[in-house]
Amino acid sequence: MLTRRGLLQAGAGGWLTAGARPGEAIAGAAGAAEVLAALPGKRPLIQRAFRPPNFETPLAQLAASFTHNDAFFVRYHLPIIPQLDPLQWRLQVGGPSAQRALTLSLRELQSSFEQVSIAAVNQCSGNRRGLFSPRVPGVQWGSGAMGNALWRGVRLHDVLQRAGVGADALEVVCSGADAAVLPATPAFVKSLPMERALDASTLIAFEMNGRPLPHWNGAPVRLVVPGWTGTYWMKHLTDIRIVPTAFDGFWMKVAYRLPTGAFPGARFISQETPETTPITEILVNSLIITPLTGARLRRGAHAELSGKAWDAGAGIETVEVSFDGRRSWRAATLLEDLGRFAWREFRMVIDTSQSGPLEIAVRARSRNGAQQPDELTFNPAGYHDNIVQTVTVEVA
Amino acid sequence: MRGVPAGLVLAAGALLLTGPCGALWAASATEITQLKAAPGSDVTLERCIKCHSVEYIPSNAPAMNRAVWQKTIQKMRERFGAPITDEQAQQILDYLAANYADKP
Repeated sequence: MLTRRGLLQAGAGGWLTAGARPGEAIAGAAGAAEVLAALPGKRPLIQRAFRPPNFETPLAQLAASFTHNDAFFVRYHLPIIPQLDPLQWRLQVGGPSAQRALTLSLRELQSSFEQVSIAAVNQCSGNRRGLFSPRVPGVQWGSGAMGNALWRGVRLHDVLQRAGVGADALEVVCSGADAAVLPATPAFVKSLPMERALDASTLIAFEMNGRPLPHWNGAPVRLVVPGWTGTYWMKHLTDIRIVPTAFDGFWMKVAYRLPTGAFPGARFISQETPETTPITEILVNSLIITPLTGARLRRGAHAELSGKAWDAGAGIETVEVSFDGRRSWRAATLLEDLGRFAWREFRMVIDTSQSGPLEIAVRARSRNGAQQPDELTFNPAGYHDNIVQTVTVEVA
Repeated sequence: MRGVPAGLVLAAGALLLTGPCGALWAASATEITQLKAAPGSDVTLERCIKCHSVEYIPSNAPAMNRAVWQKTIQKMRERFGAPITDEQAQQILDYLAANYADKP
């Protein structure tokens, strides 16, 4: 029989690296206690929901340059998630605007097309929804519905060319193997505009950080759409169709939409209406990893601010830090450039010579000129929270 | 290519601990299968849990009031095809609005 002590010991490694201790509640997005729990093959993550599974990466796990596969966030819309046998798996490629239909095994996919690797942030559209004010319904994510990984696969472009792209091609429609309980529930199907599907960075990926994709991140094969939010990164990919008309499924026409014109970024014209438009590119953003709000820094001791900044692929030009209520800003040191779609680590020494509270604000600017705003642009689905973050620490 | 829902497998091996602050510490991810006991909790649990675990309900409470719950129930019925009768929908709405609606 398992005792409480036994359980604590069994789980302690994961809990400690997750930045919290057993028996100690960690503050949630809205101040509520959070549950750290492990899915099979994953270390303990913040359990936002069990079925369909939605698990968030704890902040401390986002410190690594590449987020570990077993710490990478998990996000599903539908609860039936089959374990796919990589040997049995097949990818169907076709559709009314394809010149021929293809059926590819994993081996054929890997051997018939050039393999490429891209470092890229995968960020859920609803990352930080739980920080929205006023609050909006949906998975109440904190800041960890994201991660950075080195994705390896083949170009979607090359596979589409093999099938032959007809002159009337408008969108590429992707489906995966996860499924709903009820036949009436819309299958999770997403489309991409042709130009994005044909972009050389869009991959049909089978590896993540040098390992086969984890089950919970789309094994054996998923789409990787660097610079676009995670909703387009179809997991357990099984079917790709080239179509001449705008795909009209629920997950395109109703879900994952923003007020038209409210945000910058690529437009998805064939899916746009005067009122709403699909979310597309990630906005320039940053995340403070250390110190945590409420931390006590010893006066005169060395202390460092660190975190990550990223955008949709233009690259980070600068990360600026303010210690005086956003009146003056100084540039932080940017660490290694891992690629334009990856995040960029930043650091700055914190001046601990004066006692008292210290409010630290961080804002990133993209090479395309976009900068993190001070104010949230409210939208009912709770997307695109990229406002300047602050942490408040005490020097004593 | 459809398998057993992961939830059914995991729930069997669920391990839960309650810490001093009331936080749940689970060695393995586990499904929460209880809602606040009140009139309407049975029908709410029985209808909702068919498709999703019910921690979606308490976790969304800060974003919910009666009007938002009404829209959500309507979405579940009309968009996701949830088999909920008008009478059940009314009971579920009354229950959720009374127990899981923290938004002003």
